[in-house]
Amino acid sequence: MEDENEQGRETEVAPALISVHPAQHYVTVAVGSDLRVFNLQEGCSVSLVDESPEPLHKDSIRAIRFGANGKLFVSAGDDKLVKIWSTDSWRCLYSVSSEKRVSAVAISNGGRFVCFADKFGIVWVVELDGVHENQALVCKKAEPLLAHYCSIITSLEFSPDEQYIVSADRDFKIRVTAFPKNPLDGAHEIQSFCLAHTEFVSCLTFICCQDYPLGLLVSGSGDSTVRLWDFTSGSLLHTCEVGAEAGIAQSNGRKEGSNTIVTGLCATPDGSLVAVAIQRQLLRESLSSYCSFPGIMLLACNFSAKILSVARVVSITEEAFIPTSLGTTFSSGLLWMVMGVSSSQSSGSASLARVRVISGFSKNDAESTELEPIVLADKEIPGGEQLLLKLQGNLSVEEEVFSAAAEAVKTAMHNLLIKKQYSAERREFRKRGRNDRKDKR
Amino acid sequence: MLENEENPCISKSTRLPRKRFYRARAHSNPLSDSHFPVPISPSHVDYSLHYPQFFQSSDILAGSKKIEFADIGCGFGGLLISLATLFPETLMIGMELRDKVTEYVKERILALRKASPGEYQNASVVRTNSMKYIPNYFEKGQLSKMFFLFPDPHFKEKNHRRRVISPHLLDEYAYVLRVGGIIYTITDVEELGDWMKSCLEGHCMFEAITEEELEADPVVKLLSSATEEGQKVSRNGGQTFRAVYRRILPCV
Repeated sequence: MEDENEQGRETEVAPALISVHPAQHYVTVAVGSDLRVFNLQEGCSVSLVDESPEPLHKDSIRAIRFGANGKLFVSAGDDKLVKIWSTDSWRCLYSVSSEKRVSAVAISNGGRFVCFADKFGIVWVVELDGVHENQALVCKKAEPLLAHYCSIITSLEFSPDEQYIVSADRDFKIRVTAFPKNPLDGAHEIQSFCLAHTEFVSCLTFICCQDYPLGLLVSGSGDSTVRLWDFTSGSLLHTCEVGAEAGIAQSNGRKEGSNTIVTGLCATPDGSLVAVAIQRQLLRESLSSYCSFPGIMLLACNFSAKILSVARVVSITEEAFIPTSLGTTFSSGLLWMVMGVSSSQSSGSASLARVRVISGFSKNDAESTELEPIVLADKEIPGGEQLLLKLQGNLSVEEEVFSAAAEAVKTAMHNLLIKKQYSAERREFRKRGRNDRKDKR
Repeated sequence: MLENEENPCISKSTRLPRKRFYRARAHSNPLSDSHFPVPISPSHVDYSLHYPQFFQSSDILAGSKKIEFADIGCGFGGLLISLATLFPETLMIGMELRDKVTEYVKERILALRKASPGEYQNASVVRTNSMKYIPNYFEKGQLSKMFFLFPDPHFKEKNHRRRVISPHLLDEYAYVLRVGGIIYTITDVEELGDWMKSCLEGHCMFEAITEEELEADPVVKLLSSATEEGQKVSRNGGQTFRAVYRRILPCV
């Protein structure tokens, strides 16, 4: 019993998240219950205004996102509150309470509907009555939209044309559902299931280009692959074994017994490149940042051949930077990354957030121009040190904190996504210990 | 053959498996994490394992036939056995969460196949949690009939989400059923009967089937007569409540 309680507490550790305003006006980072916003246009930090009875978030934030038009921002998490903010005034416009902890959010492109998924695998939808600058805070009630049967939903995305809503879960399932005209009555028409992953699906993103305005779906999973899908038919187009690729890129040997998890995906607006955040862990005893994969992998998408291929591995070796979340904007060619974790009571470690930016995250002429991603130094980041001070909390991060954080993030990821495995003996033992059996033989 | 004679689980006179050696709990928690293998996708379902006579060699015919009937929570397989002879050319599968019960049905089908060669080749059973893994077994619009006979009633309101018919799960059933496909439900619990009816009635992709059509459908009579649970109910003079609905195109 005791070790179960222990594990329960460990789950409270949450990885840091990053989200960038589509026109790069703002960058937000969530660490634990703390939501940090920086105004890139004016180069100053933003303070949030929340007049609700329960201001800000009380527990770990698990999902943040800007709407496609940049007018709205949504944050939600373990305190079972979904907060919808205006990005002009950074006032909280709507507060929606959820029955369960929230694991993912999505905003329809017009900003009319906000969807969020809870720990029971139910996706809820809220209709917004428009954004008025001076409106008082509204508390909304959500209606159920669809459900995965008791599987934690890890990612929620609208298709580019907003005809479909796609949800991924811990049971290796990706469901594509037609998004109806009146979603408050529920979304009942399933377009397809994208099935091929053999482990939990951790992240989804759409890539589109001029020839494919409908877009293709890209998914990342705990089975160390990134897969490309035709989401209307649910057919698998290509599988990219990023685990094997990361193994090659890494210093020789040491491949055996390692477990690669794709934790984040981020695509350029033209769909030519997909950035992949990866966590590697050895299944053996020695867990340290040494065997992790510091940096990101860039995949190029060939739309005509419908394949994903590794274009470049960007290592960040001067510090063991394993991004926990990725973000980009429409035009800047910058990839924003954060590595971080909320503070944890059980191990007594403080929270950490480290922001890094890669420039050259675009590939305008697929063949001619060389892909030149450069990891920016702290001073070169838009917003400079002021931004880092706001988003990281402090400027310098010590080496030991990194490795501790890397550990904590792994634990959090593990507890959230990987099912508890009991040995056959343990299961038998638990069965024998059942107290609801009437007839004892 | 010799093995069977020594096997106490097989009845000596009928060569069928004896139920008392496959005693299992009446209920199983559908919410618990599963520990059995699940096919990655419908194309990974090994038909040659389930229907060896239909899929003996890897010829052209093998790819064409697909499972059309699914008995969800098939229990001891009574309905499956009756349907197998009624629709000898249709592939059908029973899905059951309790492993001992699945084991029994498997043995029962094998024994029947042996006893009457050529028959029962179209019926099979699989142990799975159909509330979670239906899309792993069937493609969109693959099924023409789905059966939910005497499901676990889960009386407590807290446990209603464990019911096998629920508004959200009907979305998945509508996905695997073809347009015109039929969903059969029956129960001896009035409260559950009302619940299943209201779920189906409220769903935009199902419509009720008229009484005349029900009378003409030979399968409807089997709902209460063929299953072990149904026989138990009629023995005790109980009442049954059925709801039979057709999958339709949603009106836009």
